Amino acid sequence: MALKKVKGSIDRIFDKNLQDLVRGIRNHKDDEAKYISTCIDEIKQELKQENISVKANAVCKLTYLQMLGYDISWAAFNIVEVMSSSKFTYKRMGYLAASQSFHDGTDVIMLTTNQIRKDLNSPNQYDTGVALTGLSCFVTPDLSRDLANDIMTLMSHTKPYIRKKAVLIMYKVFLKYPESLRPAFPRLKEKLDDPDPGVQSAAVNVICELARRNPKNYLSLAPLFFKLMTSSTNNWVLIKIIKLFGALTPLEPRLGKKLIEPLTNLIHSTSAMSLLYECVNTVIAGRTVSGSSGLCVGLSVCASLCVRLCFSLSPSVKYLGLLAMSKILKTHPKSVQSHKDLILQCLDDKDESIRLRALDLLYGMVSKKNLMEIVKKLMLHVDKAEGTTYRDELLTKIIDICSQSNYQYITNFEWYISILVELTRLEGTRHGHLIASQMLDVAVRVKAIRGFAVSQMALLLDSAPLLSGNMQRKGICEVLYAAAWICGEFSEYLEDPVQTLEAMLRPKVSTLPGHIQAVYVQNAAKLFAAVLRNGQQGSQEGAAVQETIQLLTDQLPIFVQSADLEVQERASCFLQLVKYIQKLQQKDVDVGEEVTALFAGELNPVAPKAQKKVPVPEGLDLDAWINDPPSEPESEDEKSKSAFAEEEPQQPRQRHREVDEKELARRREERKQEQANNPFYIKGSTPAPKGYQDTMGVEHIPVVQIDLSVPLKVPGMATSDKYVKIEEERRKRDRAEKGKKKEKKKKREKRSRGDRRNESGPESEEDIRPAQTVDIVTEEMPENALPSDDEDRDPNDPYREAVVATSKSTTEEPADPGQGSDTEDAVSSFPLRCFPDVLLGPLGVTARDLPAMHFMPQKSSKHKKKKQKKEKEEKEKKKKKQHRVPNQEEEESVQNGTVEEEEDPLPVCDVQGNLQDSSRVVVSVIFENKSSSFLKSMEFNVLDSLNAKLQRPEGAGPHDSLSVPFQLPPGVSNEARFVFSVQSIVMPQKLKGTLTFIVKSDDGSSHEKLDFKLHFTCTSYLTTTPCYSDAYAKLLESADMKGSSARLQGVGLPFQHLLAKICFHHHFSVVEKINSCASLYSRSIQGHHICLLVKYTDQTVTIDAKCDESSLLGNLLDEIKLTFSQS
Amino acid sequence: MMRFMLLFSRQGKLRLQKWYTAAAERDRKKMVRELMQVVLARKPKMCSFLEWRDLKIVYKRYASLYFCCAVEEQDNELVTLEVIHRFVELLDKYFGSVCELDIIFNFEKAYFILDEFLMGGEIQDTSKKSVLKAIEQADLLQEEDESPRSVLEEMGLA
Repeated sequence: MALKKVKGSIDRIFDKNLQDLVRGIRNHKDDEAKYISTCIDEIKQELKQENISVKANAVCKLTYLQMLGYDISWAAFNIVEVMSSSKFTYKRMGYLAASQSFHDGTDVIMLTTNQIRKDLNSPNQYDTGVALTGLSCFVTPDLSRDLANDIMTLMSHTKPYIRKKAVLIMYKVFLKYPESLRPAFPRLKEKLDDPDPGVQSAAVNVICELARRNPKNYLSLAPLFFKLMTSSTNNWVLIKIIKLFGALTPLEPRLGKKLIEPLTNLIHSTSAMSLLYECVNTVIAGRTVSGSSGLCVGLSVCASLCVRLCFSLSPSVKYLGLLAMSKILKTHPKSVQSHKDLILQCLDDKDESIRLRALDLLYGMVSKKNLMEIVKKLMLHVDKAEGTTYRDELLTKIIDICSQSNYQYITNFEWYISILVELTRLEGTRHGHLIASQMLDVAVRVKAIRGFAVSQMALLLDSAPLLSGNMQRKGICEVLYAAAWICGEFSEYLEDPVQTLEAMLRPKVSTLPGHIQAVYVQNAAKLFAAVLRNGQQGSQEGAAVQETIQLLTDQLPIFVQSADLEVQERASCFLQLVKYIQKLQQKDVDVGEEVTALFAGELNPVAPKAQKKVPVPEGLDLDAWINDPPSEPESEDEKSKSAFAEEEPQQPRQRHREVDEKELARRREERKQEQANNPFYIKGSTPAPKGYQDTMGVEHIPVVQIDLSVPLKVPGMATSDKYVKIEEERRKRDRAEKGKKKEKKKKREKRSRGDRRNESGPESEEDIRPAQTVDIVTEEMPENALPSDDEDRDPNDPYREAVVATSKSTTEEPADPGQGSDTEDAVSSFPLRCFPDVLLGPLGVTARDLPAMHFMPQKSSKHKKKKQKKEKEEKEKKKKKQHRVPNQEEEESVQNGTVEEEEDPLPVCDVQGNLQDSSRVVVSVIFENKSSSFLKSMEFNVLDSLNAKLQRPEGAGPHDSLSVPFQLPPGVSNEARFVFSVQSIVMPQKLKGTLTFIVKSDDGSSHEKLDFKLHFTCTSYLTTTPCYSDAYAKLLESADMKGSSARLQGVGLPFQHLLAKICFHHHFSVVEKINSCASLYSRSIQGHHICLLVKYTDQTVTIDAKCDESSLLGNLLDEIKLTFSQS
Repeated sequence: MMRFMLLFSRQGKLRLQKWYTAAAERDRKKMVRELMQVVLARKPKMCSFLEWRDLKIVYKRYASLYFCCAVEEQDNELVTLEVIHRFVELLDKYFGSVCELDIIFNFEKAYFILDEFLMGGEIQDTSKKSVLKAIEQADLLQEEDESPRSVLEEMGLA
């Protein structure tokens, strides 16, 4: 002790130690920054000294300063020096500093590799431990690569202290250097059985994390973990294992069944809330996929558990209860819906996080029956809510809840409109545009509500000046945009258009944002048209017209002077129009009709997918520039224009989406700049609008803004509450009527359905009749839309068309005897089809079948295998164009004593030609593992022909195989795509290929090989292209078309079916059809035109064909014949 | 996996930070500042969890110190709370009824304890005893290291 004291005092003579620094900082509270900068200067001096203890002390102080937020990256090299000290004290300090301050970008890390290796192999376990700990924080890909082997050796160190650290750090190494996973995994797996519980739990941790990232590969470990779970008593480890099962059960439904017992046992026996919670999570995860058979029991237990959690006094537990419930809700809304009251109660909680969770839950719980009640409750909360963020959250939730699934739950749109109107009274919300878009959407799509909506909007406009003082700053004024548009567009419903017009032209309006003013002016014009229309009816209205004209000529100049160009332009146009009409009126010319015609035509909503379905007209190249690409500064604007087509097609409400102010300003600025630099542009000395303003001085008129803090109730505006009562009465009436009619029947029905419904609302969902006959206007589709059934799939997903594909009656290729001669029963043929090709042009997607590619896997001769073939007939789905067809399954069993189901990646393939690239074909192959073993290291190779070549990555030789980028657990299928370059497409061809893979089963793994043939038919190069009859006629006349013909006899099909078959299998489209004669057209990916004339008499079909490439035509006709000869 | 752990005082002074994933210094500072604001604004009876960016934040207050952990989406919040509590227990055992000042003046020790308890964002050892034993032995090693030096230095002085 005495020695230490002496040492301490010696140290202090020379320099500050950490304690001094901390004390110093605390004593210099006022000028901390200054004090620290002097300290840093001192530290810099200390670091220059030779003495390692001084350096270590300096580094220690730096580490502290780093925590306070000071940059110490300049001292990285000194840290490395301290790390390499042989003394544990300094080494420890050095590694701590490194772990706190080093990151991937620190360049001195490169210098540390050897030092770290030395420390890892040090005889002192604490040196090793310190190095491992430090490394876990700053490990880089380079370090991982260089040190992976050393760390792997440490996993079998004699000391458990080192083993557990080495196991844990392996996870970091895997992340940075994935190649190390394969060699290290067996050893990692071994550690699951380590005698030391610490090492064991570390291994569980690492494998659990790995499995969470890629569960498929770890399914095989399930039995091992199951054993661990039933034997372990360590809760930390149990939680990890249960979490791991949570990731695995979605892949293996049987696991869910097996888990249910141990999990329920745990749930009932444990007192640890964390373990309980994890069990609940895993049950829910398993439940989401395993259907009714899986964790059925577990779920009800969980739901009641969640409820119990929600009643907990601890807010944390309550929060988790709600969280778990929202997970259950996603798949099993019924089991949660009954707890509506509980959740509504949580809305009153003091804690915002809990309230937000409860709100999330409500979204999934609404039904037609309870929507009004829930929204009413939420509206109360909106009034009470103090924080604006929470209130905004409430507002968006209300709108989300009401508008979900296309307004499915709204029975009374008058009520919804009045809710929206009530929401506009909120002050300071950011979501004005959201309310506005809802108003527009409802008014446009629900025809029955327009009258009511217009009357409400007119009131809103009328009261706008009162509100706009508040509204203006806060973004709620966006609703005026919607209000003005609705009043204008549906002006025929307005009772008093003149009054609304007046409201829209008040001087106060000019304080609104420009884009809203623009809408005001435009819709004032529409209203004016309405006034003129009415004016024709009588003399009294005639006077009104005069007054209106006067009003407009008085008020419009305010807008003409607007600083906003859009407003200015629209207002001047409108003003001129009004003046002109005034003149005509004075000459007693009736103009009502003509002015109305300006705004005639109804706007219909367009389906979001509509644009995509418009077929690309022939000869239109969407990628070609119309004009030459613009020069530099405009390139950005141009980009946004071309991107436009790919975006979701417009919907009416999107049309009104607010134009980004900044962007507008920027463009305006750019344009000004351009004009200024353009010598040919005549510039005025002052911009015109400003000149006006100076004379009128509108800007300088003081405008008093009325700031009202009390939410305004405007007389005449509907309140939503009223509707709740009305609705209730209406439903009661309905019920009474219905009850009278079929009382008995209903009772019986209800009893059979079970009495789960709560008593307050004895009617069932379906019984609730909407108040108005609400026709939500169906969205329009273009007339010549191409039907396809991929509506819901992600349009960006390149694989979306490649569903396990096969056509109902495709040609079945006979087995190729040459290839399968030495196998027992040769080859099964695979009538496979290829699938619709996707042209991802910027405008449209033509999705059509592009088939006839045959894939013929052949057995390798290595094993004697037996094959069974099962054919599954699948129904052609209604209304859908895609046909799913005989999907053949193949199961083989290896005859090696044990009855073992052998795998076969069942490949299904799909050729996609691309119009934009005439020499490229994409083949999608679906591999399906039908066996019970694990397949990995799949490699795909095709023997290239002169004509068709598999495209390999750069640098690969012409015979190298491509590895399939995934592995296949039993029963899993996946798809890989291979690109082929094709020179000539006039001949069909077959490519030989092999697939090699490793079969991994419980008793080892073996290499397997599967031969197959890829059959590129001529048909697969055709793309269905529509053609008009006049273009078709011209095509036939052209000289370079060569003719050929074919004759099919004994065709028993009706003509219609025959045509459909040709079109479907060979990608033709019908140009014209007269009686039993039709002309068809198709085009190859290299632009050959193919015309067919099909005639049908007495079961005999003659096909006269013309094409600019005779051999292609010949082959194609052969293929068509084959199609019919096989059917 | 835990992404990072922060200890800060009620006044918003950072007392300890440990990052288990690499992040640029600037981003770290921004995250720390933002997170401290959010957590300090919460009232005492509120729940210990919140969603922040794409992470789950679990925090608990012990006396004047907030212990705050960021974990990933799939992690168990309650376990994280236990981790915090376990760490506090370890500090308590090591320092003997720990207080904020202990951590300020011996911040490197606090780090050493944390490093023995957690590594790479995972729990290293679930047994309190073995963690404390490891720390003690490493400390012993450190003192062995130091004593001969001070003797020598004393000799040199003498």
